[in-house]
Amino acid sequence: MIDPADKEPPVDEAPSAIDRLALSQRAGGVVTPIITALIAFMVGGLVVLASGSNPFSTYKAIFNGTGLDWFFRFGHHHIDLPFTHQRVAFWWDTGSLAASNLQQTLLLTTPLILCGLAVAFAFRCGMFNIGGEGQYIVGSIMAVWIGSSFLKMNGPLHVILAIVVAAVAGGLYAGVAGFLKATVGAHEVISTIMLNWIAIWVGSWLFGLGGPLQSHANVAAVPVSNDIAPGAHLHVFWGDPILQGLHIGLFVALGALIVYWVTLNRTTLGYQVRAVGFNPEAARYGGIGVARNYFRAMMIAGAFAGLAGAIDILGWEFRLAVNDIQISNIGFIAIAVALLGRNTAVGVFFSALLFGALLNGTSTRNLDPTIFRPDLASNLTLIIQGLVVLFVGADVLVLWIWNQRRRLRIRGGAAPAAEAVETP
Amino acid sequence: MSTPELVRSRLDSSRLLEPKAIGAYGILLGLVAFWLTLPPLKTTVLVWPILVGLLAVACGIWAIARDAKRVGWGAVVAGVLGVALGIAATNSSRGNLSTAVAWSALIASMLVYATPLTYAAIGGLWSERSGVVNIGLEGMMLMGCFFGIWGADRTGNWVLGLLIAMAAGGLLALVYGFFAIHLRADQIVGGTAVNFLALGITGYLFIDVYGSNGTPDLSTGHWLSGQSIPDILVSQHGGFFEVAFGDLNLMVWLSFVVLILTYFVVFRTPLGLRLRAVGEHPRAADTVGISVYRTRYAAVVFSGMLSAMGGAYLSIGFVHSFNQNMTEGRGFIALAALIFGKWRPAGAFAAALLFGFSSALAQRLGTIPNWASYAVLFQALPYVLTLIAVAGVIGRSIPPAADGQPYTKQ
Repeated sequence: MIDPADKEPPVDEAPSAIDRLALSQRAGGVVTPIITALIAFMVGGLVVLASGSNPFSTYKAIFNGTGLDWFFRFGHHHIDLPFTHQRVAFWWDTGSLAASNLQQTLLLTTPLILCGLAVAFAFRCGMFNIGGEGQYIVGSIMAVWIGSSFLKMNGPLHVILAIVVAAVAGGLYAGVAGFLKATVGAHEVISTIMLNWIAIWVGSWLFGLGGPLQSHANVAAVPVSNDIAPGAHLHVFWGDPILQGLHIGLFVALGALIVYWVTLNRTTLGYQVRAVGFNPEAARYGGIGVARNYFRAMMIAGAFAGLAGAIDILGWEFRLAVNDIQISNIGFIAIAVALLGRNTAVGVFFSALLFGALLNGTSTRNLDPTIFRPDLASNLTLIIQGLVVLFVGADVLVLWIWNQRRRLRIRGGAAPAAEAVETP
Repeated sequence: MSTPELVRSRLDSSRLLEPKAIGAYGILLGLVAFWLTLPPLKTTVLVWPILVGLLAVACGIWAIARDAKRVGWGAVVAGVLGVALGIAATNSSRGNLSTAVAWSALIASMLVYATPLTYAAIGGLWSERSGVVNIGLEGMMLMGCFFGIWGADRTGNWVLGLLIAMAAGGLLALVYGFFAIHLRADQIVGGTAVNFLALGITGYLFIDVYGSNGTPDLSTGHWLSGQSIPDILVSQHGGFFEVAFGDLNLMVWLSFVVLILTYFVVFRTPLGLRLRAVGEHPRAADTVGISVYRTRYAAVVFSGMLSAMGGAYLSIGFVHSFNQNMTEGRGFIALAALIFGKWRPAGAFAAALLFGFSSALAQRLGTIPNWASYAVLFQALPYVLTLIAVAGVIGRSIPPAADGQPYTKQ
């Protein structure tokens, strides 16, 4: 490991986002994200208080809406063992309302994990991929297109084809930004923002009124695509397939977390990506092709997001309407997921779960309207997201608060890390 | 960054990609736009000549922003003429086009769509010239949208509404500034946060204050008394200029003033020199006694206020109501205009006009049954052009040197 004293940012140059993330990873570990989230929820509570509701009961209602309370409800229940006809005793009731809420939460967590990885992977290479949304849309467009054509295809093959095409398309789409960064040095933030909106409008055109992929069989009030073939639906392993039960895409997301961790930490590619992310000049000096890694990292990032799009389509959406494209903001929330998760696999999992739960718990369907208005609560979610991102960006502040506390305890014997992150 | 530098210089040497050459391509494209409608091709789908013509105009603006003025203007004129003649040529065979493309009304409509973009782009220019990237333009605009209509509704006076909008935008920008400047937070992360926050705050307050009824329709605009910003009625005759400029909103005219003032202050006064110095080389500016922090704070807050003016125009000048996320990416188009216009007032304004024109045209074409679907594609045009602009190997859009870098005082 690198000695903390060596990694102090040079005084002349302001520390880059990557330096800072590295710093907080050492200095705070899991502490800063938790403080960040706590501050955000506290401020959110104040907002609730200001509009005349009790923040504690509101948060409790949101928590109950997420279905996470399912874990706390023990009893004598039974569960079918997979691949057998046996029923065994189980602590939790898999058919309760809480269980169905939990399924919804996990359903939202799945794409958030994948899109979060898309942001995180680029981040580890020193790039800020704001384009998760665009890559997600491209992935879902491709999945709808593949899923609704080739109707005679064998089911599993169809699913795999749709997923692979979507991931490749997402990767290529993000690769445009990576390529531009690698060759002409165009800033990836600008290019991915532009690619987001291009995807949104092209998607709106494809499925919109008179668009080439608009369904002619299924003439609804809102223009919509053709439905994907029933054979291409992902298998629902928990809950009612008709009422959006939990599909096996969750395992794809969990697998992607492992792939992410292994790729970054146990392969040459990951080593190069991280090296470029820490310091491109040093990486170049060490013989690592910086431009090539920018391009590769962006492609891989985009593939994660494209995968997310495919899984949402094949798992529970089954079709795409213009509205879906325009109001979807999975790719944007993913930025908060990656930042709060400190771009680590475990962190991304927990923050995706947090945001998935928050989204689901504040939805009109799940929040108890007698306690807090759901339409207000969904905006509360946005405020909390904003605060999380704001405070994650200002990790200096969070670290400073943390170090103040530590300094009080040590009394005078200030840790060296505390000096490095002092605010001016 | 030696590899990209190398690539760029190698491609720069190719004369085919100089701004002048791009301007010449623009002129050529303008001619092509017209030619498409003539025999033997005789395109009947108007989208293609318009698209090619717009590309010609884009080439022109690009060239102008990169100091190839004469050729650039030539390309702009060629593009506009190409579209005009192209439409005239197709018009003879198709009757309904005249209702779709009435030029004077289209110009008025272009100005309406371009105005919010102009305010936000000019706001972004202030912030970015001082070295603070402002991805949060969208959020600051949205604050202006909501607080403009809230203020006008509560006080019954659009002037106060506008001021409240500017205060709200400025306040959000101040928060952003505190994180970006003092805490040296990553500016992209901070800007993203600002966009989330503004979306949440305005959405929350909108539901909390107005609920399911929505905002009242504030369509009374009188001087200093009405609730919405008044239009300025110069003339009601039906002539070309009368329709185009006769009945525009006050804010449209004000945007021209803001634009000229910005140009003058930023590029012709000591104050502007200091601002740009802070954005290009903050250490040097600090050494000669310019307060980097104070300059950046002022610029960021001012940028928030200007963006909020754009937003307020949208809500109390144009739509007369508010709904959630009503800016719908306009802040990002403004950012695109700023980049496309190479961080210069005239360039940003020209890009805002171009993007406004494509929105106006999209809206017009949307009313014609067979073209409605193509009209949606026009919405993507600003982003495609900007992507090409940042990617372009020639006269690439290069931001101020210290744009996005936090400054640590020594």
